[in-house]
Amino acid sequence: MNDGHGHFDPAAPLPLLPGHSSGGRLERVLRLGRFAVTAELNPPDSADPRDVYERALVLSEVCDAINATDASGANCHMSSVSICSLLTRAGYAVIMQISCRDRNRIAIQGDVLGAAAMGVQNILCLTGDGVQAGDQPAAKPVFDFDSTSLLECIRTMRDKAHFLSGRKLTTPPRVFLGAAANPFAPPYEYRAVHIAKKIAAGAQFIQTQYCFDVPLLRKFMDQVREQGLHEKAFFLIGVGPLPSAKTARWMKNNVPGVHIPDAIIERMEKAKDQRAEGKQLAIDLIQEIKEIKGVSGVHVMAYRQEEFVNEIIQASGVMRNRQQRRAVEPAAST
Amino acid sequence: MYPVRLWSVRHAKGLNTFYRAFEKALIALHPVWNRIGYEKLEKPFETAERVTKGFLFDCQMCGQCALSSTGMSCPMNCPKSLRNGPCGGVRENGHCEVKPEMKCVWVQAWDGAARMGLKADSGSKILDVQRTVDHRLKGKSSWLRVVRIAKGLKDQAGNKPKPPAAKPGATKDLAAVSASVQAKKEGQAA
Repeated sequence: MNDGHGHFDPAAPLPLLPGHSSGGRLERVLRLGRFAVTAELNPPDSADPRDVYERALVLSEVCDAINATDASGANCHMSSVSICSLLTRAGYAVIMQISCRDRNRIAIQGDVLGAAAMGVQNILCLTGDGVQAGDQPAAKPVFDFDSTSLLECIRTMRDKAHFLSGRKLTTPPRVFLGAAANPFAPPYEYRAVHIAKKIAAGAQFIQTQYCFDVPLLRKFMDQVREQGLHEKAFFLIGVGPLPSAKTARWMKNNVPGVHIPDAIIERMEKAKDQRAEGKQLAIDLIQEIKEIKGVSGVHVMAYRQEEFVNEIIQASGVMRNRQQRRAVEPAAST
Repeated sequence: MYPVRLWSVRHAKGLNTFYRAFEKALIALHPVWNRIGYEKLEKPFETAERVTKGFLFDCQMCGQCALSSTGMSCPMNCPKSLRNGPCGGVRENGHCEVKPEMKCVWVQAWDGAARMGLKADSGSKILDVQRTVDHRLKGKSSWLRVVRIAKGLKDQAGNKPKPPAAKPGATKDLAAVSASVQAKKEGQAA
């Protein structure tokens, strides 16, 4: 915490507790059995760090860690590693997302070490959307790793202190490892088995795709509990406010892996104020989801609506037994 | 060919039974292969594999065949070359996110594995965590690699035989870990 010259270093990890993989806040909250909240920061299309800090500021009031996305939807934005660099410098807890689409094993293993050196405590391993989904469809897809082999690689770096090649690391990266799940896409009956595989490869927490279909989520969580997976990893369910019925329909048809039942779109259409209805829907979903056994938290993805995250979390009451936190002002001067 | 590929998945069980017998024979013939020399055999084996597996599975010759772990659905036909399971982008009709006209390779794989029975040494191999692809093996004979590894020899890229990376069930139980942490804390307090 202290660099020995009396300066407080906000990026310094918390002391490592026995049985913990990281010195991060998220792992502590989850292992204490508290309901955790994570939120996604939409990366800017700019080179101005203030664009990152402004968005982080509103999220930090209510969440345990901020996800820095890695060109999600295969669209170009500020990179996850650099967002993490800015945020850790300012003392925020981050989840660095790594997609296998854009970098090979040499680049990724290097990024993992660099990230851990900057104070990144959590890494989410993703396959990544296909390049056809984004603004650069002509790009070469890499996919040297897949999400599972990436988990296995980083776990090996952390626990056995060597690279994939076997070459030794002098200081291993102390990170809490996450994977993504999409219970809302086929093959439904095998989604939990697939997660069991990711857990075997090293996943300790799971963040899911947007949930708009609670019955489908219940079925998935039934399978999760049958296999005892909720005791091996922490499940954070994805939620987010829909801005309008039109956007909902567009997302359903154009964003890979997003499933929105027609009843939800109808509910949005009937509302007088669709934006408010989208917010209320997210609140309702969180309240319903938190009652499902085996769920450890929610992951809020509010695309270009970060300002609503605070309101949604407060209204849902999931933070009720926690002390209200103050917004963390960035420590680094910009 | 796409229709043949789908046929192969529907007949995963029979194909797997055949392959297991074939693999046993290949391994048993090691002294013969050794006398001829593995280097010399590489080319004819490569050709035979390219033709037969190309026809049956649209084999991409990755040189480290995983078909018996993937329900006879070749994972290298996945546009993201995923070797451990489907991505989150599978369409509602079970088709591929990237190629909408193609059935998801992994929806197929689970189907084939189920047909294989999901028992030890057959379908349940789908639960093995597959390591990253070794790109040096691309275009090499996977059959010869299997024999080399079974005999404790290095493969064509110089890799030594390795056990599978992991299997579900082998992970540490988080509940047990946090219980032990709690116990330690209480012990310290007392």
